[in-house]
Amino acid sequence: MKPLQKIQSRFVPLPMENVDTDQIIPARFLKATTRDGFGKNLFRDWRYTDNDESKPKADFVLNQPQYSGEILVAGKNFGCGSSREHAAWAILDHGFRAVVSSFFADIFKNNALNNGVLPVTVSDSFLAEIFAQGNESTLSIDLAAQTITIDANGHAEKFEINHYKKTCLLNGYDDIDYLISQKEKIEAFESKMAV
Amino acid sequence: MAKTLFDKIWDKHVVQQIEGGPSVLYIDKHFIHEVTSPQAFAGIEKRGLKVFRPQQVVATADHNVPTLNQHLPIKDELSRIQVQQLIENCKKHDIELYGLGHPFQGIVHVIGPELGITQPGMTIVCGDSHTSTHGAFGAIAFGIGTSEVEMVFASQCLLQSRPKVMRINIEGELQAGVVSKDIILYIISKITASGATGYFVEYAGSAIRNLSMEARMTICNMSIEMGARGGMIAPDETTFEYMKGRLFAPAGEQWEKKVAQWKGLYTDADAVFDSEIHIEAKDIQPMITYGTNPGLGIPVNGKVPAVESIKDEGEKKNIEKALAYMGLEAGKTLLGMPVQHVFIGSCTNSRIEDLRQVASLIKGRKKNEQVQVMIVPGSQQVAKQVQAEGLDKIFREAGFEIRQPGCSACLGMNEDKIPAGEYCISTSNRNFEGRQGAGARTLLASPLTAAAAAVTGVVTDVRELLN
Ligand code: SF4
Repeated sequence: MKPLQKIQSRFVPLPMENVDTDQIIPARFLKATTRDGFGKNLFRDWRYTDNDESKPKADFVLNQPQYSGEILVAGKNFGCGSSREHAAWAILDHGFRAVVSSFFADIFKNNALNNGVLPVTVSDSFLAEIFAQGNESTLSIDLAAQTITIDANGHAEKFEINHYKKTCLLNGYDDIDYLISQKEKIEAFESKMAV
Repeated sequence: MAKTLFDKIWDKHVVQQIEGGPSVLYIDKHFIHEVTSPQAFAGIEKRGLKVFRPQQVVATADHNVPTLNQHLPIKDELSRIQVQQLIENCKKHDIELYGLGHPFQGIVHVIGPELGITQPGMTIVCGDSHTSTHGAFGAIAFGIGTSEVEMVFASQCLLQSRPKVMRINIEGELQAGVVSKDIILYIISKITASGATGYFVEYAGSAIRNLSMEARMTICNMSIEMGARGGMIAPDETTFEYMKGRLFAPAGEQWEKKVAQWKGLYTDADAVFDSEIHIEAKDIQPMITYGTNPGLGIPVNGKVPAVESIKDEGEKKNIEKALAYMGLEAGKTLLGMPVQHVFIGSCTNSRIEDLRQVASLIKGRKKNEQVQVMIVPGSQQVAKQVQAEGLDKIFREAGFEIRQPGCSACLGMNEDKIPAGEYCISTSNRNFEGRQGAGARTLLASPLTAAAAAVTGVVTDVRELLN
């Protein structure tokens, strides 16, 4: 996993609520057996007419070149529905390192963290303020300080993140490294359970 | 200290508590399937590891398999590769696979319980959000992502933060024509598609106690649709009765010993929940969804909400968008609206009891000519039982198409899809945009309500067909 400390970037606004993982990556793209290449199918059915890459929908934000950046900003309850980790892979593969919303579905949040994508939960009012910014505006996210700032006006908010996950993300470690280091304890637990 | 059912099982499985962080939680059973496992196998191999406890892993092929001609090679190349890869991975890592052609093959959440693999008191995971189904046996069961599948492969453990606990009490008797699918659609319509996020839910109360295991599974199955990590029901005589004699259930002396342990799995009288909800069973009508998340449901004889009455701007926009996608009008009833498809299947409602309900309603009736009806048993064993009971004859005489076990039109990964713009009454669990095929319009309902629509060709209050 790539370590993540600070991001300063423009953002892509997606002011929709309850964006489910079937929209983030439709089921028909889950047939791959590797983790790469999902980015080109991110929001596939919102992005193209008739599933045809030569027919981008002009009104969808990923097709509007004035919006770019490493941060996706979305309405509340982002990532609900299917547990497919492919949603997090697609977001990462497209080039996002953080998603900002006022509420995340649980499994998506875990999947994002496990892949080095930072979910940043902000208040509804702060989210509305971000959406009100122009496309030139940038956001700064500082993981160590747990803050997100709208650079244009200096407004900032603190966000929550589990201490353990924060350490992992800052250093680029993942859970598997940790669990493997605990094998002896796990084996001891198993023998205790067996009696 | 007084404990909830959840606490009792969770506490027993904590290997280690990390300071200011998650717990290392031991996993008893790990189900896998072809779609969310390949990257996890590749991951552990890259680290030079073997699966740590292969005898605690059970595999099946379900999401992506064809439901016709399962004996022939799979036509779709990518599906074939995924299924083939599962076969190879299981072989390499000594994992039991109930793949295509095996008499135990089926939807992962149908086969675990029917084989007696799912047991009270266990921790159970699978790379599929509807793993919550297994909670009906009094287990902590939840869906995980592929990185987590890899963690369980590597260590038989997961790093998990303890969720909050919620109890939903449902008391009293259900009306005729109302079944467990209606209970859960009702709950989600009340608390919304995100209303239980961060919680593990226990369902309790006399209406739950009176349900069969199949019906309990339907309820726990859809816990995830209100955002919950999982759902569970304390085991009781109904649970033990269902499990006794199943292939992998304990037998003989072991059985007695286990049942004695399982009887301790209940919430202590003075245990405290972070949230508690009370529902009267008599208030529940047959339900149907009109929108593009499972929380957008109404009584089948009710009206789609009038958009002007919604105060929250975001919510208003959501509903407008959902209605536009669904081609439905605010303020109108759905009764009498023609549907082109009926899908009876999925891990929510493809067990033998569901199919018996459908058969009892349609016996001696024929499907409406305008409707295509697809019925997909949840497993090979269910399919066998359908034949043994002669239900297949009833289905065929009614003009239903019976397919072979798999996830099928629940998620539109294989060729079983609903064409764009057409309506499908579905017994599955998700009505998201495009879930059953690009542009497909899904109305979620119970097997009874689906069967009623099959007969009439329109959205119907099943109570009108009951005598
Ligand atoms: S039937 Fe549908 S919800 Fe159930 S496991 Fe299969 S795809 Fe998932």
